[in-house]
Amino acid sequence: MIEHKKSLIPDSDSKEFWDAAKRHELFLQKCCQCGRYHYPPSPVCPNCLSLELKWEQVKGDGSIYSFTVVRVPIGSEWAQEVPYILATIELDCGVKMVSTVIHCDAKDVKIGMNVRLVFSDRDSELSVPKFEPVR
Amino acid sequence: MNLKDTCAIVGIGETKFGTLPGISCSKIAIEATKKAIEDAGLQAKDIDGLLSPQPASEMFYGVRLGEKMGLKLKYTGSVDIGGATPVAMVQHAVMAINAGLCNTVVCVYAGSPKSGPKHASASCPQIVNNEDEFMYPFGQVAAMHGYAMACQRHMFEFRTTSKQLGAIAVACRKHASLTENAQRRDPITLTDYMNSKLYCDPFRLLDICQVTDGGAAVVVTNVERADVLRNKPVYISGMGNRHQGWGIGWAPSMTTTGAKDSSEMAYKMAGMKAKDVDIAEIYDCFTYTVLVTLEDYGFCEKGEGGPFVENGRIEIGGELPVNTSGGLLSQGHLEGMNHITEAVKQLRGVCGQRQVNGAEIAIVSGNGGILSTHSTLILRR
Repeated sequence: MIEHKKSLIPDSDSKEFWDAAKRHELFLQKCCQCGRYHYPPSPVCPNCLSLELKWEQVKGDGSIYSFTVVRVPIGSEWAQEVPYILATIELDCGVKMVSTVIHCDAKDVKIGMNVRLVFSDRDSELSVPKFEPVR
Repeated sequence: MNLKDTCAIVGIGETKFGTLPGISCSKIAIEATKKAIEDAGLQAKDIDGLLSPQPASEMFYGVRLGEKMGLKLKYTGSVDIGGATPVAMVQHAVMAINAGLCNTVVCVYAGSPKSGPKHASASCPQIVNNEDEFMYPFGQVAAMHGYAMACQRHMFEFRTTSKQLGAIAVACRKHASLTENAQRRDPITLTDYMNSKLYCDPFRLLDICQVTDGGAAVVVTNVERADVLRNKPVYISGMGNRHQGWGIGWAPSMTTTGAKDSSEMAYKMAGMKAKDVDIAEIYDCFTYTVLVTLEDYGFCEKGEGGPFVENGRIEIGGELPVNTSGGLLSQGHLEGMNHITEAVKQLRGVCGQRQVNGAEIAIVSGNGGILSTHSTLILRR
């Protein structure tokens, strides 16, 4: 089974994202030409093909677009995590991202639920942006 | 240039599907290829094209395989669009033949994810996890996670139910029970489905396909040659593709997929509509894939896939028999190559107790990644 760290090798396109996450900040790329945010990080704007991009901090408020509750772990690393809520979050800035929703009982999660950003430190090397319900 | 009915599938080959310890992936591929060539009434010297999926960790796969079998190849290569690959390989064959680059092409899939070395070479297209920097560390670890989120969204938008997903699993299992070369032949009921273990909501064990060792191959040639061979040709009437993108989490939609544009292109080429189709072999890595594809293929309105699959409509004897061999859900995950071989068998009329009476036109879907890639074939006898 592939362990997650093996897959996390930031390159020059994604380094800013992970560096910001380590500071507990969510930085996304914004296109200098059309003004839209995009995710995941990429060398080019998927809307207008502009290469002129800037990194901007976003607040990270959004809502749950869809979710699943992972009950059977795939890979030993996730054995302690189950059951966990994996969700597609629609951020207020217009992009969607996938992450886990924490501080929420699996019974209570719903599509449309408002969530906010919260960071989770896996270790000194890796912080992952996650979400929690807005009460 | 319309490629409609310019080429046909003239030979098919399948190995045993299941657990095949001690048999190399190369041997599986070669057995499937040899059977397909023999089924066509051809010999190795007649084959001048060979296509395969891109193995996880081996380069030059096609030419290596061709060398082992002594093929004199004018055309080879690998296609790398996951579960849409088998359908797309047939399309590549049609294009290459029409371009005059070759005459007769074998398209082969072989895998041994159960018995083969994990992520080793062995000429083995492995079923790999969707390893990705913006999925894996976030908890989207397996293909089922992405499909589950997409399915949950469909349930939210259209009130699709678990029992409706179950109807797909039950239909596939019923068909597999009539198929000798199938991994799971024990019939199941909706109650069995509802009682099966929840893996990731809404998916239960019985929403998930069967990981399978095995291989399957088809021989594609031009109609002039096809018409004089021993089998009644199965003509390739329509082809289409639409590739939505890699990540389902940031895709424009989870409930309308590339299948819509892909099928529209294929129907247009074939001069057909959904109502002309007699059987549908729909990529079924998970039950939801079938449901959303049936909608996108125009068999029912968007959002009506749930009611459509109920009450035996997609079972043999129903209005639209789907996955007549049991599909990936019950026959086995051959990356969809078994959907093509089964469509050919149905159109030849050789399926015995699971034969769909009067099957003349089949649609076959290929789907890769998390609803990422989509390819369509329309076949007729």
